[in-house]
Amino acid sequence: MADITITEKEQLVHGEDHGHDHGHGHDEHHGDKYQSSFIDRYLFSLDHKTISKQFLITGMFWAIIGAGMSVIFRLQLGFPDADISWLQPLLGGWIDIDPSTGAGKLSPDFYYALVTMHGTIIVFFVLTAGLSGTFSNLLIPLQIGARDMASPLLNMLSYWFFFLSGAILLFSLFLNTGPFSGGWTGYPPLSALPQASDGSKGGMTLWLISLVFFVVSVLLGGINYITTVLNMRTKGMTMFRMPLTIWAFLVTAILGLLSFPVIASGFFMVLFDRALGTSFFLDEIYIAGEALTERVGGNAILFQHLFWFLGHPEVYIIILPAMGIVSEVLAVHARKPIFGYKAMVFSILAIGVLSFLVWAHHMYMTGLNPFISNIFVLFTLIIAVPSAVKVFNWIATIWGGNFRYNSASLFSIGFVSLFISGGLTGLFLGNSIIDIQQHDTYFVVAHFHVVMGVSAMFGMFAGIYHWFPRMFGRFMNETLGQIHFWGTMIGAYAIFGPMHYQGMAGVPRRYYSFDTFQAFDQFDAMNQFITVAAIIVFFLQLLFVINFFYSIYRGKVQTEMNPWGATTLEWTAPIKAGHGNWEGDIPHVHRWPYDLNRYPDREFILQTEPLAEGEVDGGSSH
Amino acid sequence: MSTLTDVKLKRIHPKKFALWMAIVSMIMFFSAFTSAYIVRKSAGNWLSFPLPVEFYISTITILLSSLCFYISKKAYLEANIKLFKILFYSGFGLGLLFVLLQYLGWQSLHRIDISISTNQSSSFFYLITYAHILHVIGGIAALLVTLIGIIRKRFDYPSDKRTLKLELTYTYWHFVDLLWVYLLVFLIIQQ
Ligand code: HEM
Ligand SMILES: [Cu+2]
Repeated sequence: MADITITEKEQLVHGEDHGHDHGHGHDEHHGDKYQSSFIDRYLFSLDHKTISKQFLITGMFWAIIGAGMSVIFRLQLGFPDADISWLQPLLGGWIDIDPSTGAGKLSPDFYYALVTMHGTIIVFFVLTAGLSGTFSNLLIPLQIGARDMASPLLNMLSYWFFFLSGAILLFSLFLNTGPFSGGWTGYPPLSALPQASDGSKGGMTLWLISLVFFVVSVLLGGINYITTVLNMRTKGMTMFRMPLTIWAFLVTAILGLLSFPVIASGFFMVLFDRALGTSFFLDEIYIAGEALTERVGGNAILFQHLFWFLGHPEVYIIILPAMGIVSEVLAVHARKPIFGYKAMVFSILAIGVLSFLVWAHHMYMTGLNPFISNIFVLFTLIIAVPSAVKVFNWIATIWGGNFRYNSASLFSIGFVSLFISGGLTGLFLGNSIIDIQQHDTYFVVAHFHVVMGVSAMFGMFAGIYHWFPRMFGRFMNETLGQIHFWGTMIGAYAIFGPMHYQGMAGVPRRYYSFDTFQAFDQFDAMNQFITVAAIIVFFLQLLFVINFFYSIYRGKVQTEMNPWGATTLEWTAPIKAGHGNWEGDIPHVHRWPYDLNRYPDREFILQTEPLAEGEVDGGSSH
Repeated sequence: MSTLTDVKLKRIHPKKFALWMAIVSMIMFFSAFTSAYIVRKSAGNWLSFPLPVEFYISTITILLSSLCFYISKKAYLEANIKLFKILFYSGFGLGLLFVLLQYLGWQSLHRIDISISTNQSSSFFYLITYAHILHVIGGIAALLVTLIGIIRKRFDYPSDKRTLKLELTYTYWHFVDLLWVYLLVFLIIQQ
């Protein structure tokens, strides 16, 4: 231990040296022959650590936009009669002004556009690129002991394709006819026929182009992550000595590699239908009472198959990184090895395989053959088994541990709670008979927000609070972090809990207004409550954003190389590591990543510490 | 492109491995088209039309181009640079010929009034052949880079770095070649 402390100090001094005078061509980090100018270092950086920050900050930008949109459409749902003409400076023509009273109302077209953009942005930009882009980039090289990704260039391109994809979608918000408004799933005919609605015009074209670029970004990133994990691990880092984060990122990348090309095919076909006159997804269409006799012979359900063949793996692409992060954070802060390491690995793999066999559970109501439905019910319910194994193992990890309550570990516990709640409602939906009642209601909205939306955000928050020192050499403010946690935790249940009731009562999702349904008048107060909760939670997230940026510059400075007493390699690199991560040789690995409190006198043992005479690797017995 | 590593490389070069991953994703891309094709065809109202002869000739050209590249790599490794260059140029020419023949094939189809919106069968036919040609053009771009390298005399003696570049480019080309053969057989069987 003693010699490690010395190098720590040395490297700290080193790190500080470089911290202050960046931007000059001559002070290059060791092992870094690329980053000489500001542009190379911060914009077109090839360093995985910088690219990770780019993904994170772009993801946060989109999270604020996406969440802000939900606040606006929640205003319509909670207070449909309120005058929102004060939003006109922001939304312009999207507010319909009643000429007689001067009162403003959200236009229905824009309501649909907002819901669509909210879904697209959060699912793809925030929870796919923002989550897996950030943490795969940050942790894969650092935790497996590599100087960078297999191809730093492709890695950089992956970010810039993501950026481009976002820029295109952002641009579509400013079109005269508005952005796409047919739902984040982009079902035809709304997506395939420009004349179907305003949002189906230029907005949809840009949506498709944006998402095709997004697919390219995911593929470039994923190819790199898989290649790096499988080929560039340091000496001694066997597969079963990899932290669970790495297992999760690996399987996530494999899922992306296999599923995103399929939706790209679907997008191509939609583009053909829009531009080249094919009718892959069109048949018997009437618009304003007129039949489109030229456009026949296609099948809109075919698109749903292509979409959900990506769509379901996609939800696991979102949740697996969060699961990996939570496993790691819980173990470190419970000061205990993760319970059932190998069971965790195998359940990640099982979830990965099964996630390709359940897509039609989103399509029980499309007239699917009931026999086929039954098969999908079976596989869908089987997924609950590996999921339950993971939940059990997390709880067992926390149980009886010397638990350190801080923002990172609280968000991890919150994740487990939300994942259980949302998983339970999944079991209802997974049953094709019960789904007849629940499909396309707020029950589904509640289900996927709890199990995926909020859970994955919690995993992301846990990761940010935990690895913030690794990224910026400082800590985030703990008090603000805990306020953020408790407010968001209570707020999330306040928002999505009531939606389960609404859904069971049959309130359909994606409706602009329920004025004509007297049965739903009973939910007026509930809708107001949800909206108020959503507004409060939204502002709480701004608190997080403030904490984040404030802490980058003013947060408590990290003085120890391994502040959490963790065992993994990312904490053996200097605090301000340059491109290439380690100054000397890459560390070698001698043991599994969870030797926490293994011996009474050793609270943690770094993976780099050789096994003592006769000592068995802790991983071999788990 | 740089590979920042001082770990001893394992069996397969990371870049080659990455290329294989990319190929897996392209296989998924095309299997989505062909499965959609099968699903749609089983629903009936499916017009059969003969494939124009150009597509058969183009198949032969692309197979020949692959063969040229295959032998050219061997020549390169044996430092037979002259043979390497001749074969590379021939392979490249045959590749361009393939694109031309595909284009002529579409023209012949148009002459017998089979356009992209005639029937679902022709829509799928154009969809698949267009998507394939895009991948071929990607391969031609990679070959162009090699061509420029050859003109600049970068390939005048065998080196590990150049061998890797050749292998990456050729592997991709062989893939789009085999992919075409698969698609052609598929289109014939599933007429
Ligand atoms: C026990 C596990 C789960 C089961 C049985 C399950 C089942 C289902 C079913 C049957 C639906 C379709 C409901 C409908 O549209 O009528 C659904 C929707 C959804 N689920 Fe799950 N689910 C589970 C876990 C998850 C997880 C872990 C995630 C994400 C991480 C997730 C994300 C989603 C999303 C995003 C939707 C809705 C998409 C949409 O229509 O916009 N689910 N779930
Ligand atoms: Cu699903």
